[in-house]
Amino acid sequence: MKQPFERVVDEHGDTVLRVCRAIVGVHDAEDAWSETFLAALRAYPDLPEDANTQAWLVTIAHRKAIDITRARRRHAVVTDDLPERPSTIGVPGSVDHELWDAVKALPPKQRRAVAYHHFAGLPYAAIAEIVGGTPAAIRRAASDGIGALRAALSASTPKE
Amino acid sequence: MIDTHTDGPDTPAVRARAVSDPDTLDRLHERLAAAASRDGLLDVAYTSVDTPVGSLLLAATGTGLVRVAFESEDHDLVLDTLAGRLGPRVLRAPARLDRAARELDEYFAGTRTSFDLPLDLALSRGFRHLVQRRLAEIEYGDTWSYARVARLVGNPGAARAVGTACATNPLPIVLPCHRVSRADGTLGGYAGGPARKSALLALEAGVRTGPRSGDTG
Repeated sequence: MKQPFERVVDEHGDTVLRVCRAIVGVHDAEDAWSETFLAALRAYPDLPEDANTQAWLVTIAHRKAIDITRARRRHAVVTDDLPERPSTIGVPGSVDHELWDAVKALPPKQRRAVAYHHFAGLPYAAIAEIVGGTPAAIRRAASDGIGALRAALSASTPKE
Repeated sequence: MIDTHTDGPDTPAVRARAVSDPDTLDRLHERLAAAASRDGLLDVAYTSVDTPVGSLLLAATGTGLVRVAFESEDHDLVLDTLAGRLGPRVLRAPARLDRAARELDEYFAGTRTSFDLPLDLALSRGFRHLVQRRLAEIEYGDTWSYARVARLVGNPGAARAVGTACATNPLPIVLPCHRVSRADGTLGGYAGGPARKSALLALEAGVRTGPRSGDTG
């Protein structure tokens, strides 16, 4: 029997937000998260019971991220000029901008590999199915990406 | 093992920095529930409310309130059953239960004697459905015997089956099966346990015996 969707959100909400922040950036991550879970909710009754829920959600998030990135490029003039609005991010400083800026600076392949492997915990083979390419290539990209990320963060982290 | 990055955060530390804060996730959940309700995507919306008889799970379909469950019934288990019987698109969406929660508040404050809510009896069938549907005819503060309810539904010999219908009432309190007890005046069973049944009857008796302190008129 399929578990209530609430438990899917509870278990994977954090992971999907990490993936969204890594792929589309902090600013668009919440829209990507919402669209991912709304699409997942629609499709949930048809999800096979033995499916890997996390890989399924990351696949949806991956597609939504592509949509959002395309839309942003199309409407770049409009969306780059968002009016200031009250923060809805919650506690100021709760988003680690230093980390997400460093992730954003990675080449797209490395960024995806880091997001899906290191932040979402998917195996290389599952990631290869989502983004294309070979598991070995994903493994290399994940390794190069996390190395670059550690270097970037250590360069900006003062020694104690 | 020698870590070539001893000066900086290692991989688990980088991963830890990516963790989302609970406030953001709560806000996103609320936004999801609103969008899902708006688009009619939910099989079941639910919330829980604190009452003098403990935490109550309230669940609704698009038709109306479909389930009220006591803590002793295990809310997680109840949600599993609802997902199995009504569909797996089950989401915590408190706004959808605002009216039910408010009426229950008023009931426990002694200012409401009957519920005015759309109900969905999709969880019951046949004779049980017939009995449960008519429980609302038993007035606030009154108690009926199982046999009297059996006569009400036109099946005088079915007192025992009325007992089963009360025990499996998916909407306790709102459909007042607590007002049905044994012919000898003893309490009879209750899904929430005998203590809760007598607490509800005491609440209703208290209001009936006169104005409560603080009442103005």
